[in-house]
Amino acid sequence: MPEPIESILAKHNRKQDELIPVLQDVQKEYGYISPESVKNISKYLRITENQIYGVSSFYAQFRFTKPGRHSLKVCLGTACHVRGGATLLEMLERGLGIHCGETTSDKRFDLERVACLGCCALSPVVQIDKEIYSRMTVNKLTEQLKDYE
Amino acid sequence: MNKINKKISLAKKKWKDLEDNTDPIIYVGAASCGRAAGALELLAGIDEFLAENKVAARVIQVGCIGPCYLEPLVDIKIPGQPRVSYNNVNAKTLPIILKTHLLKGVPHAKLALGNFGKESFYDIPRFFDLPMLKPQVRIVLRNCGFVDPEDIDQYLALDGYQGLMNALKMSPDEVIGVVRQAGLRGRGGAGFPTFKKWTVCRNSPGEQKYLICNADEGDPGAFMNRSLIESDPHALLEGMLIAGYAIGASKGVIYIRAEYPLAIERLKKAIGQMRENGLLGNKILDSKFNFEIKIKEGAGAFVCGEETALIGSIEGKRGMPRSRPPFPAISGLYGCPTIINNVETLGTLPNILRNGAEWYTKFGKEGNRGTKTFSLVGKVRRPGLIEVQLGTPLREIIFDIGGGVQKNFKAIQTGGPSGGCLSEEFLDLPVDYESLASVGSIMGSGGLIIMDDDTCIVDVARYFLDFTQKESCGKCVPCRVGTRHMVELLDKITHGEGTPEDLMALRTLGDTIKKGALCGLGQTAPNPVLTTLRYFRNEYLEHIKDSRCRATVCKDLIEYRVIKEKCTGCQSCVRVCPTGAISGPRSEPHNLDPTKCIKCRSCYEICRFEAIAGDAIVIRSAEKRP
Repeated sequence: MPEPIESILAKHNRKQDELIPVLQDVQKEYGYISPESVKNISKYLRITENQIYGVSSFYAQFRFTKPGRHSLKVCLGTACHVRGGATLLEMLERGLGIHCGETTSDKRFDLERVACLGCCALSPVVQIDKEIYSRMTVNKLTEQLKDYE
Repeated sequence: MNKINKKISLAKKKWKDLEDNTDPIIYVGAASCGRAAGALELLAGIDEFLAENKVAARVIQVGCIGPCYLEPLVDIKIPGQPRVSYNNVNAKTLPIILKTHLLKGVPHAKLALGNFGKESFYDIPRFFDLPMLKPQVRIVLRNCGFVDPEDIDQYLALDGYQGLMNALKMSPDEVIGVVRQAGLRGRGGAGFPTFKKWTVCRNSPGEQKYLICNADEGDPGAFMNRSLIESDPHALLEGMLIAGYAIGASKGVIYIRAEYPLAIERLKKAIGQMRENGLLGNKILDSKFNFEIKIKEGAGAFVCGEETALIGSIEGKRGMPRSRPPFPAISGLYGCPTIINNVETLGTLPNILRNGAEWYTKFGKEGNRGTKTFSLVGKVRRPGLIEVQLGTPLREIIFDIGGGVQKNFKAIQTGGPSGGCLSEEFLDLPVDYESLASVGSIMGSGGLIIMDDDTCIVDVARYFLDFTQKESCGKCVPCRVGTRHMVELLDKITHGEGTPEDLMALRTLGDTIKKGALCGLGQTAPNPVLTTLRYFRNEYLEHIKDSRCRATVCKDLIEYRVIKEKCTGCQSCVRVCPTGAISGPRSEPHNLDPTKCIKCRSCYEICRFEAIAGDAIVIRSAEKRP
């Protein structure tokens, strides 16, 4: 493995309670948790790889495959749901030809659902990379996607 | 002590200068919701305008004042005038407002929303006299949208950290006494008296004790904690110091959702400012009290809002609840006595300690003292963040503050996925812990979701159950297997394949899960289904017996139709239809092939959007199936 992971690890204590912050930092750097990263973390924190997979697979935040260029997150909070969030997700699934949690084969988009982005008064919302788009409709979203290559 | 007093008098002077400003000030509401509505673009536009017109003005980013439906908000304060607020500002109206108000010094009364002076100004009403604001009592949110959340001086100038200073003059037991007298109950949902929890922890033996702030606001449809932290982070931090002092903890942890990056950023800044001013570390304000605060980012698990699961997550384990006792107040984080308080509980403390317990008991009613913040969302006309006295009737919240419902009121869901769905007959129910529990719902952390005729009750119940089922940690059988089975039954009903026996099964399952589940998530998960079965049974029966979804939500039970008389043949729908289900030459009524239609709503939206065609496409309940 290249050095970055060593420098990430060096920032943390060698205790189990640092596992989640370590995983978060690794994911921030690489975009996902690779098997090599898990090996390195295991050695550093002195816990088994199984333990690491056990913890990381429990939390929705962590992913184990390489992400696409842009992340699409459809909010399916209650307010978004009653205002049509699920229809937006379906439209994206159909339009991109992938299911929620997958990446398009050209690596352009990742599609995920999130429980709530906390912008309920502006529902339904969709997050593309770091931008949050409010009061989305199927047609507005189709237009918006064209800005992301 | 001297150092902080100097700092405070300086901060007060700075605040006075702001009030008696010599240069105009422009305030922009730039919390997450304001940003989603376009506040950052406005900030750039303002800078550009100022540079172009060579005007000196101060631009201040403030937090969220509450009425999210009016975002983005821009306030202008001209020297000698009260601050005037403009709503729903966009790239078109911004230059108009700036030209008239900033350059000419006359507020644009038509575009203005309210002013922050003592009376109406140029026919612009007082902001806090607006129908949405007037019935509210703002204690926790007192600074939100008012101060710059990244400037500790503004917080100090408005008597910030005064509560802490008062607390440090008392013994910890006296502080607990004040909180007891104030009657504060946990704002996280269950409403357990705060002083009781604290007393147990204070009396537990152990050198090291911990205070955890639960900011893992996972309830879909709730954003009170995010708003408070983004708009007034010091209120929470001061509350943590007070709580830490009272229970004898020297370490505090804020467990916050990673989905709230702005809130985390602002907390980090605020913690740095505390340290600079001797409000964190050893011997805080020259007292014997030492306290440190750490931020832990959650990793996306709803169940981590449960106390013992949250502790597990901080310890770097899977966030799974364990059985209690021992309660965390006796054995919590790393086996030490630990208190977990919700953001709002902690945010209330500075106010109680600053103004005294007696003052706090003036709000709310016996047994339910004080105020509660709610996020009022869904099909309500004026969605946003509100704060009302406990005991306020639902009707006042929905109709006076929320401005009523877009169509006809159908239901209100309190307490998020763990709460219940209440029908019209409960509109006069006072919102307090006991009243809500008596009708099968809960207070919860404060999400209020309003539903109208367009919301299908069965679909909503399915939605909540699907959510809790996905978030179930899988440790105990009733929750793991039971919720899954309930979702399957609800699926059947929304597909029009349900039987009356399924309703019986849902109830039995729900009751069993409530009794048998290990933690709060499972014990409350069936609430949405049980309450809707009780109050909206007819809608379930319609799905089952008539295969009809009156709200036209359940896809298998509806169809899309073109109304020939209304269709102008503009071809907009033909262009957006992804499956080619709509066809027809220009200027002639189009045909919609129901066998190809996937009910994606694209044509429906575009038809209403394009003014010429109007609403020629309708969604209606499908014909009864044989």
